[in-house]
Amino acid sequence: MSVLQALEEKLSKMPAPIRLKDLIRNIRAARTAADERSVVQKELAQIRDLFRDEDSVYRCRNVAKVLYIHMLGYAAHFGQLECLKLIASPRFTDKRIGYLGATLLLDERHDVHLLMTNSMKNDMNHNTQYVVGLSLSCLGSICSPEMSRDLAGEVEKLLKTSNAYIKKKAALCAVRITRKVPELMEMFIPSVRSLLNDKNHGVQLTAVCLVHEMCERSPDTLLHFRKLVPNLVRILKNLIMSGYSPEHDVSGVSDPFLQVKVLQLLRVLGRKDPDASEAMNDILAQVATNTETSKNVGNAILYETVLTIMDINSESGLRVLAVNILGRFLLNNDKNIRYVALNTLLKTVQADMNAVQRHRSTILDCLKDSDISIKKRSVELCFALINASNVRTMVKELIFFLDKADPEFKSYTSSNIFTACDRYSPNKRWHIDTMMRVLTAAGNYVPDDSVSSLIQMISETGSLQAYIVQQLYKALKDDISQQPLAQVSLWCIGEFGDMLVAGVVDEEEPIQVSEDDILDLGESLMNATSSSQVTKEYALLAMVKLSARFSPQSLERIKKIVIPYSQSMDMELQQRSVEFGALINTYNHMRAGLLERMPPMEKKDTDKVNNGELTDEQLESREISIPSTQNESKGLLDILGDGDFTAPVNNQPNKSEPMSSGGELLDLLGGLDLSAPPTVAPTIQPMGAPLNSVPNLMDGLDALQPMTTTTTATMNLMNQNTDLLGGLTNNIGAPSIPPIMAVDKDGLKVEFNFEKEGSAPHVVNITLKATNSTTNPFSSFIFQAAVPKTFQLQLMSPSGDLVPPNNSGAITQLIKVANPQNANLRMRYKFSYSTGGSTVSDQGEVNTFPANMFT
Amino acid sequence: MIKFVLILTKQGQTRLSHYYMPIELTERPTLEADVIRRILARAPGQCSFLDYEDYKIVYRRYLALYFIIGIDDDENEVATLELIHLIVETIDKYIPKVTDLDLMYNVEKMHMILDEMIMNGRVVETCKNKILAPIQLMDSQR
Repeated sequence: MSVLQALEEKLSKMPAPIRLKDLIRNIRAARTAADERSVVQKELAQIRDLFRDEDSVYRCRNVAKVLYIHMLGYAAHFGQLECLKLIASPRFTDKRIGYLGATLLLDERHDVHLLMTNSMKNDMNHNTQYVVGLSLSCLGSICSPEMSRDLAGEVEKLLKTSNAYIKKKAALCAVRITRKVPELMEMFIPSVRSLLNDKNHGVQLTAVCLVHEMCERSPDTLLHFRKLVPNLVRILKNLIMSGYSPEHDVSGVSDPFLQVKVLQLLRVLGRKDPDASEAMNDILAQVATNTETSKNVGNAILYETVLTIMDINSESGLRVLAVNILGRFLLNNDKNIRYVALNTLLKTVQADMNAVQRHRSTILDCLKDSDISIKKRSVELCFALINASNVRTMVKELIFFLDKADPEFKSYTSSNIFTACDRYSPNKRWHIDTMMRVLTAAGNYVPDDSVSSLIQMISETGSLQAYIVQQLYKALKDDISQQPLAQVSLWCIGEFGDMLVAGVVDEEEPIQVSEDDILDLGESLMNATSSSQVTKEYALLAMVKLSARFSPQSLERIKKIVIPYSQSMDMELQQRSVEFGALINTYNHMRAGLLERMPPMEKKDTDKVNNGELTDEQLESREISIPSTQNESKGLLDILGDGDFTAPVNNQPNKSEPMSSGGELLDLLGGLDLSAPPTVAPTIQPMGAPLNSVPNLMDGLDALQPMTTTTTATMNLMNQNTDLLGGLTNNIGAPSIPPIMAVDKDGLKVEFNFEKEGSAPHVVNITLKATNSTTNPFSSFIFQAAVPKTFQLQLMSPSGDLVPPNNSGAITQLIKVANPQNANLRMRYKFSYSTGGSTVSDQGEVNTFPANMFT
Repeated sequence: MIKFVLILTKQGQTRLSHYYMPIELTERPTLEADVIRRILARAPGQCSFLDYEDYKIVYRRYLALYFIIGIDDDENEVATLELIHLIVETIDKYIPKVTDLDLMYNVEKMHMILDEMIMNGRVVETCKNKILAPIQLMDSQR
């Protein structure tokens, strides 16, 4: 065998690894995914072997292949260590691939990257700028906090070199270090100013980035860098004024990227700072007017300018300019620009609502656009623009939109339409019409609470109920598959079925609906597969309600519909059916009463009072609003904002407080007494007795109610008005029960006059009359009373608190006593007043009540 | 801040991917597939901006390739569109009349160009000559 042959043999056993290009070609040639996988696996196996053999000649080629394969999605972790070896090699190509591999394959979560630190440090001190640049790039992409701490010193040194190429990379490295280890930020602050003044745009760009990042991290640095605003303004000016510079020109605009970045930084610096904003006004106006809008580049810069103007404390002229630019954007043909304009308008509509209203029609047009991003933005913007004057047109357009919208939009749109209607609807009929339209359009995507709020609204508008039930019946007949619509309609039909059958509605042609028709509809709903369980429950209930409203012939039919469900597998339906069945069969006499029409439901309003419990804000407003005057009951009522209380001080129309809430009152009073003495003080103070004595009086007796006047008023803000005034004014005529003198002491006479309340035999109204026979007037007169537990006491507000001297006038006060157990009434009283500069207070008991009081 | 730069074909194959946010190696193909699916679902005349999870995607189509950049909220979308165009112009300057095959076979050079332009999610250099200088130097020394 010749030498050559042996050599060839040897060589043929170890073929050189293929080039990356060839690998790619092979992969492309693979027809199927399985083919491709086999090619890749074979190559990977070969590469793994070669790595094990420590072949340094072809290592970079192999790593490049590993990177490519990794990009395709195959696992290539074994390449990480090889990258490290490549980085340590002296050849530039090796280093290049090594650093590339490190950036792609490693990140700070792998521990391997720590091994690179030493190589990176060496490379940063390399002679060749490109090597330095390489290591800086890699550091800037993947460094972890530990690495940053190690190498921050090097980076800072490199920031100060004169080489622009290195400076810009070092600046971005500093950005990452700042993000990872904020404490190291101070190291870089001194170099920033010189970086900004550099001629090289790259350096300026990265310096602006660095300042931006530092300002975001720490507010102190922000304050420090506000001084840089003039520098930035100058940079912008140079960019705009300077002529054509071939290096950084993009379609006629010089370095738009730098311009955009500087504008962004100005935004951050100018926010909430009037001085800085002042300095920027001119340059912003200049940029806004000089930039060409025909190209995308120009639009990019204008967009950034508008964002900046909106964010800083700019003057109004500038704001108007910005909104005009946005208006022009909206009319632009380019979809991207329109999207951007809608986005920005959304952010500014809170601040400048009027300016945006001008573009309302364009925004409504955007609703019809086919692009989903634009549609989303314009819907949000439309809702922000609705106000009382344009609500009809807007909602009409929005309902068209709802008809054709995607499901994800439907629920968002319908819930917002409901809120908008709630706030701005011009009248009830339109409101209800709109709601029904939304229910039919949005189908099953309507939010859940809309059903109940719609029902609540319908129950309130008595006049329109016949009209509503007719409309709903028609709608339901067309389509029974929409659950919210079905539920609302079923409820209405159940309640107002008799109106539907009667068929007379003003303004609409009466439709002929028979009871059988309705029952047919109900039956079909119950049997339909599209009906949800809740709908079926509604239907059952509606059927039963109708049994009370329809003629007896229908009762049989209804029985046939309802009873079978007592064997339903569904527990809810079964329970209802059994109960209703019992109602129809056994308890027939109660059926009519139970199934009467429901009273109008109250709206659950969170800032009003419910069930006698004061909400937190009410408590707060009480504490805040207490003026220092003693006679503050009227004051409180006014402040609590009830316009209904227009009565003068003498005759306060008090809301009736249900007798049983005495306990709650006591709790609240106790709480108020303990926590906020000043609130209770104005009435109790003149007594001179300490607060603690109040509970003593109540030992063994029922609620002492010194503040009944004010508490009743606040307790019963939104509830029913009962006509106590009628009770008050008419009764001091001829009582059938003789009056008694309760107190006669030191010139103060208190007389009790009795009157029976017509409706309730065990309730007596006592009118208290206080007179003063001395020569000094009694001021701040307060009378308090307490009764045994078996009685219920209600003390209304007095006509005043000044008892004029010499019997020239009197204070009257109404006391209501209820005696459900027909016991003998005893009353403990306590009064106080000031006269001639001193306060008098006393207490005692009255048991001289006439025995026939309650009979 | 730029989250990632992708170059994908119409069929969904990745020609180039560079991530500036920490993301598992296994999640990357899923992300790419999802993104290209959404983009392909759009008609040609539509907006180039998409909302995806908690960031925005800006894309542009050049022949058979989609250049996609994912950005977060504080970046200017229109300027990012310009950035995409700048990347394409730079690549075109490096390889005149570049086709997508060229892009595929020179993928490591593309990475290097991208590295010179964007570092850690922020733009470093926008002047084409300066970007290409180190690459051309390296080529001449080979």
